[in-house]
Amino acid sequence: MTKSFDKTEWGLMVALPVLICLIFVLPAWVVNYVQVSLGTGLVALGVTIQMRAGLVSFGQGLFFCVGGYSAGLAGKFLGISDVFLLLVLGLVSGILISFVLGFLLRRYREIFFAMLSLAVSMILFGLLSSTEELGSTDGFNLPQATYFGWAPEGDTGKTMLYAVTCVVTVIWAIALNRILRSPLGYINEAIRENELRVEYLGTSARQAVHVTYVIAAAVSATGGVLWAMALGHVDPEMTNWTTSGQFVFVSILAGTGNIVAPLIGTFILEIVRVYAVEVSPNTWQMILGTLMLLTIVFLPKGLWSLMNTAKKKTGTVPAAEAVAGE
Amino acid sequence: MLTAVAIAVDGLGFAAWLFLSSVGLTLIYGVMRILNIAHGGFYALGAYTAAWAVGLYTQTGSTIALTYLIIPLAALVAGVVSGLLVERGILRFMYGRDEVLMVLVTYAIFLILEDVTKLIWGTDSYVSYQPAYWLGTIDVFGLPYTVYKFLIIAVAIAVGAALYVTLNHTRVGKLLLVVIEDREVSKALGINVTLFFTVTFVIGATLGALGGALTAPEISVVPGIGAEIIVMAFAVIVIGGMGSIGGAMLGALIVGFSRAAFVHLYPPAELFSIYLVMAAVLAVKPYGLFALAESRKI
Repeated sequence: MTKSFDKTEWGLMVALPVLICLIFVLPAWVVNYVQVSLGTGLVALGVTIQMRAGLVSFGQGLFFCVGGYSAGLAGKFLGISDVFLLLVLGLVSGILISFVLGFLLRRYREIFFAMLSLAVSMILFGLLSSTEELGSTDGFNLPQATYFGWAPEGDTGKTMLYAVTCVVTVIWAIALNRILRSPLGYINEAIRENELRVEYLGTSARQAVHVTYVIAAAVSATGGVLWAMALGHVDPEMTNWTTSGQFVFVSILAGTGNIVAPLIGTFILEIVRVYAVEVSPNTWQMILGTLMLLTIVFLPKGLWSLMNTAKKKTGTVPAAEAVAGE
Repeated sequence: MLTAVAIAVDGLGFAAWLFLSSVGLTLIYGVMRILNIAHGGFYALGAYTAAWAVGLYTQTGSTIALTYLIIPLAALVAGVVSGLLVERGILRFMYGRDEVLMVLVTYAIFLILEDVTKLIWGTDSYVSYQPAYWLGTIDVFGLPYTVYKFLIIAVAIAVGAALYVTLNHTRVGKLLLVVIEDREVSKALGINVTLFFTVTFVIGATLGALGGALTAPEISVVPGIGAEIIVMAFAVIVIGGMGSIGGAMLGALIVGFSRAAFVHLYPPAELFSIYLVMAAVLAVKPYGLFALAESRKI
């Protein structure tokens, strides 16, 4: 089972070259949105895998910001501009910070987990907003990306960064898909159903939650690095809870049924936002809120569940899915 | 010495503001088990309504004293209208759903309320300093403080006392305590639980609006104040234990004084001092100081 690739993974591998080729087909601004939403999509993935365990993280922006800022700081103070090195740095800082915080957060579930993860992310927000050396609320810029000493300029540079973003995203998506089908993934679903029984069966629920939290942080930090490199800028708004709220929104809207759902959901949201902000800038959040209410009431398993209903009719058995908040 | 006085008075001022802004949140959670993120929206609505009404009234040039009536009135209107709409229009269809799901529902409502305030009042800032300015200042050990700050402290004490007396010494309050204890049994005993929910939610929303309305003269009312207050209010009620009004009071005092201490002794840490205190309390008492024991579902 674990040696062979499942449908989702084959799909991702086929999608990768197609995704990369988009840069030669689509206009630059669309590609830009694809690239940016792959970065934030990874963070939404982090929220989604925690949601499979019944945990709603309202502070995933913390690790999004940790990733972005560690890339930024390494560029600003150490002069590092190598994408792969920055990715590793972001990943390591995300893992370290989440490992320490995990000891506090793994004790909590449900609303406490939601609100405490939010509060923790606001500590970083306060810290960064009041640090003038790092540009306070304005943030600062990142260096141009290089690849093992090679520093492509202009369009080549853009294409290269886009390709790296696509590859890294697909690798993470496949890895997370594996994790969901691993013992840890099944333990998480069991925790969502009934944590006490999991403990009776001889598994530490806290440990599983801790590991999941760290994995979610790692993927979010990677998303943060990629997003920051794409925009060339970081600011504390990355860790504000309203940013984290949008990641939660994507997970609810897309559903936790499939690893690809949050990625696509993020992109659709990004495109809708572009038009909504243009047409009526003051009703964007209202649209988000209404959509979210409608999803919760009418499609508790997210938009992806529509795909499974279609499949059911053709006789395929759908995978178990999490309902947000249960 | 001066710093000590400043910390004491500022701390008390912060605490009063925090208590007013968070007591509605803890009340709604205690009775309804809903962690109401839309509370930030009610706070913003109250602040905008008050700032706008005071501005309009000041332009007429009438007697000053009435503005102090306008502020609570604005909060009442904003809180009752929006609270009723949200509870009757959306929340009542969701009762009995999972607590986390309710957080997401109220978050969606919060997003909607944010844009409602933008649609009504635009994105410009509203300043209504007059009520705070007219009362003048008072010297405390040589430090000048606005009298308005002490007015807020008095209101906070009055609200706290009123809630305490209502809950513990009136028939309605005792019935409410029964509802908190066991929803199903109280229904079986003939208590109109639905009515209690609606009334509690409207009171909670009005308290949130009151917190915003009373703060309006001291700040410039801009979009985003609702998002700020909800995090602070959560920190306050979680320190005391969610659902406990005495806990909210204690939480407000702890957060208020520590924030004041950071402001005067180490200003860079001011913005996150609240969460540091919260993390410290939770490391020792995971569910807050006054949290009740809960049974685990097997």
